[in-house]
Amino acid sequence: MSAAPKTIPGAADRPFAFTAENQAEAERLIAKYPEGRTRSAVLPLLDLAQRQEGWVSRAVVEAVAKMAGVAPIMVWEVATFYTMYNLEPIGRFHIEVCTNLPCWLRGSEDVVRAARDVFGVDIGQTSADGLVTLSQAECLGACVNAPMAQIGDDYYEDLTYDRAKALFTAMKQGRTMHGGSQAGRRCSAPEGTLTTLTTDPTTPEGGRWIADSSPAAPGATADPR
Amino acid sequence: MLLSDKDRIFTNLYGIHDWTLAGARARGDWDGTKALLAMGQDWIVDQVKASGLRGRGGAGFPTGLKWSFMPKTVSDRPHYLVVNADEGEPGTCKDRDMMRNDPHKLLEGCLIAGFAMRAHAAYIYIRGEFYREAERLEAAIAQAEDAGLLGDDACGSGWPFRIYVHRGAGAYICGEETALIQSLEGKKGQPRLKPPFPAGVGLYGCPTTVNNVESIAVVPTILRRGADWFAGIGRDKNSGTKVFCISGHVNTPCNVEEAMSIPLRTLIETHAGGVRGGWDNLLAVIPGGASVPLLPKDICDTVLMDFDSLRDVQSGLGTAAVMVMDKSTDVVAAIARLSDFYQHESCGQCTPCREGCGWMARVMHRLVTGDADIEEIDILEEVTRQVEGHTICALGDAAAWPIQGLIRHFRPELERRIRARKGSSGMVQVQTAAE
Repeated sequence: MSAAPKTIPGAADRPFAFTAENQAEAERLIAKYPEGRTRSAVLPLLDLAQRQEGWVSRAVVEAVAKMAGVAPIMVWEVATFYTMYNLEPIGRFHIEVCTNLPCWLRGSEDVVRAARDVFGVDIGQTSADGLVTLSQAECLGACVNAPMAQIGDDYYEDLTYDRAKALFTAMKQGRTMHGGSQAGRRCSAPEGTLTTLTTDPTTPEGGRWIADSSPAAPGATADPR
Repeated sequence: MLLSDKDRIFTNLYGIHDWTLAGARARGDWDGTKALLAMGQDWIVDQVKASGLRGRGGAGFPTGLKWSFMPKTVSDRPHYLVVNADEGEPGTCKDRDMMRNDPHKLLEGCLIAGFAMRAHAAYIYIRGEFYREAERLEAAIAQAEDAGLLGDDACGSGWPFRIYVHRGAGAYICGEETALIQSLEGKKGQPRLKPPFPAGVGLYGCPTTVNNVESIAVVPTILRRGADWFAGIGRDKNSGTKVFCISGHVNTPCNVEEAMSIPLRTLIETHAGGVRGGWDNLLAVIPGGASVPLLPKDICDTVLMDFDSLRDVQSGLGTAAVMVMDKSTDVVAAIARLSDFYQHESCGQCTPCREGCGWMARVMHRLVTGDADIEEIDILEEVTRQVEGHTICALGDAAAWPIQGLIRHFRPELERRIRARKGSSGMVQVQTAAE
């Protein structure tokens, strides 16, 4: 199994520049930080560039360094420290299966197996057609909806072998995939009957109330000083 | 006693209702914010102190006290509030739900907390993988700015306040507050030595307070319902409501906001459908995220879910992420998986952690199959003590504690595996002879 896109001739040497649209987004990102603190934008700029280019190439690093006003090595050390930056080209879809404890307890190995069965890849590999790269992820923070996988920007939760297989098959066939719980759960609510939050939240019984002693209470003296 | 909906703070935790400003306002968010700000900085800090709120990110440090470490006057260095939304402690998924379903609670909390520490800007550092949640926060900020709740004259208070969302890029260590600050400055997320503490020298060298999402998001409700209301829930010094994440071998895993100090068994049986196969099928629970030692069933029978109760049984509340393991679990493999995690996430700065995490993980994997000598259990325990407390940040401690918990409670299982393996290869006789 090889990472097919890596074989694209000259991919590593391809020049990089933000598109006009991304240039505007880059400027919006930089504006979040105080004057003279442009370096803070290194992480978001690398992310933006990767969204455009697919990975963080040498040219990306140099372009981001120039924009952030720092030496390229300072961007390299960021690019190599964080796991979300791809330091080589990857498949069109990046399937990241969480295998940490809460997902492992509920069958993350079945999710990996489903990916292997549908795409013929193992963890760390890219399918021969360049469609998917399969990775193992550390905890992605959706533990009560385990096991789960991140694909692109979306989480796919409450997976089983069958649900994962159906999801991956849809991906392979180019059909639309819907993020979130694949079991139809609403966020982190327990499956079945709710045990909490059954009262109208716009009423006092449902949690909308202000103590008479609070300055926020209607008619309270706002400023006792 | 179980919490009633009336006393819950995150009334849209499950995203059943409208998350936008209109929906949030209908649920009481942004009610009387201006009047709360008009009470002044000291009043807000005092109320938070009186509420007994302890940090919800894991360490449990009193939030009001932390705020009071910020300078009382602003010099040429501006003050910053930084919200730690780098949620990545295995088992923990509460901040995500607060941000995507109740984002305005966090924003209003940022304004009140930021004002209380004399900051005009807050950065929400959200883990990069939470892309949709970051989108949601950005949208909520735009709604609040359009409504004049944030901006040059936030809520008509005369206090300029802006909130910015900063996405991380995949590094558990950035949940450590000084690593988070480094990362926010565009650097590798390697923790800084303390002192100086962030309240003196933080973001850009300026006074900074870093707080967990939940710690900030509960503040507006505390000020509206009263510090005594919050302090009256849970045991003394463990007050308030808490969002618990219940994962693993339960019938209905979920997040749920409950009263602090709720018995662990009640929590699991009331809200998570009970342990798979019944309570007697329970093997162990990790009660507060991957970093805290596990508890065997006999302790789980009676332990209360709060800081002090869990500390008393040599574990911790941590992030209140409850990971349940039934009797089908290979508990040694479970802890070995966590050791792999810490090895992966060590930033490499301190030798005991960088080398120790890898060493501990390798031994843990041999213990899974019993490919070890009995004496190595004690050697492993000794190495965890060499890592613990000998590093800049607490990641080394976090890597050591789960292993210590395993040895403390499951030593017979570790020894059984070693003996079984030696027996199968005929070596047990050799050892018997040696004894």
